[in-house]
Amino acid sequence: MKYVACLVILTTLISCKVENVNVNNQLAVVGSVDNKPKQVYQKGDIVINAYNFQSIEPLFHKKDGKTYVINFWATWCKPCVAELPHFEHVKKEYESKNVEVILISLDLPTMVETNLLPFLEKHQLKSQVVLLDDPKQNEWIPKVSENWEGSIPATLIYNENQRAFFEKTFTLVELKNNLDQILKSN
Amino acid sequence: MKTIKIIAIAAVVLSATAFTAATFLADEGYKVGDTATDFKLKNIDGKTISLADYKTAKGFLVIFTCNSCPYAVAYEDRIIALDAKYKSKGVPVIAINPNNPKAQPKDSFEEMKVRAKDKGFTFPYLLDDGQKIYPQYGASRTPHVFLLEKTPKGNIVKYIGAIDDNYQDASQVENKYVENAVDAMLSGNEIAITTTKAIGCSIKVK
Repeated sequence: MKYVACLVILTTLISCKVENVNVNNQLAVVGSVDNKPKQVYQKGDIVINAYNFQSIEPLFHKKDGKTYVINFWATWCKPCVAELPHFEHVKKEYESKNVEVILISLDLPTMVETNLLPFLEKHQLKSQVVLLDDPKQNEWIPKVSENWEGSIPATLIYNENQRAFFEKTFTLVELKNNLDQILKSN
Repeated sequence: MKTIKIIAIAAVVLSATAFTAATFLADEGYKVGDTATDFKLKNIDGKTISLADYKTAKGFLVIFTCNSCPYAVAYEDRIIALDAKYKSKGVPVIAINPNNPKAQPKDSFEEMKVRAKDKGFTFPYLLDDGQKIYPQYGASRTPHVFLLEKTPKGNIVKYIGAIDDNYQDASQVENKYVENAVDAMLSGNEIAITTTKAIGCSIKVK
């Protein structure tokens, strides 16, 4: 029975891998999220990929020497929008320090065309933005962090050596201090 | 001398434990099995509501929700449906807006009245004026449900979390967490899933 399960998992992994190759580089902002999207939204030069949790789960466990700053936000979340400039700032300032910033939008799929795409077109964010569209929240929230109650904004900062989760709003100074702490461990 | 030492150590250990327990509660709010506090909060009709007012209730669905959060709005119809199904069975919905209207004007008392009228809320919609109640419950987001069972010892927390497992589409729900919990509670059975997590809007403070 165990062997069958392993085989199924292995097959799934392999088939995912094959799919990756096909869709890779299809979009300008694929970056480190390179699984096949559930859906692709586009408005002008703005492209947003929607994923279920399983396809982006590897993003939370990379061991490639980089430090990841992953922020969960939504256009309707006022404190999230207020702190976006801090993440943009960090992306620019820490680019040379092997830091990658990813903004995971939790906008409702029905709000992508009406809110998210126009927002991104207006603000022209430099950080990579992806849409997480997976209603099974009770299953995936603890996989991001056991400490996450589910409110946004929320931010995960991690590298191979250290991991910190924050269910709070950051000032720029706080964000940089926390990131500096984690960079020290790398 | 030895006895004094032991007493001293015991005292230190005890006070440390007590301190930890206190901070833990302050940070985390209620866990399943805790006794929930009653409150006196103003309803949109101007009257003050307490759980103690409901003499014949068997329990309560205390739901922290608001006007401004799309996740909360996505659940409004399902909250109305919960009240329709369970009020007659002795478990009414009590909705509480935990947000500070100064931080989120869409959640002002006046706007709450408008929203309740537009949607035809059948349950009290209270403002946590002064934001004293939601931290005691440990509500961290909207919507956030606390199912309470009324017992001679007080209102005991039986379930904490989401209404169901699909905020996007009520027709695609596979697990109705709250309904299952209330049904189990009313029939005296063990509740299978007592806590769940869901995405929601952070509670707005000034």
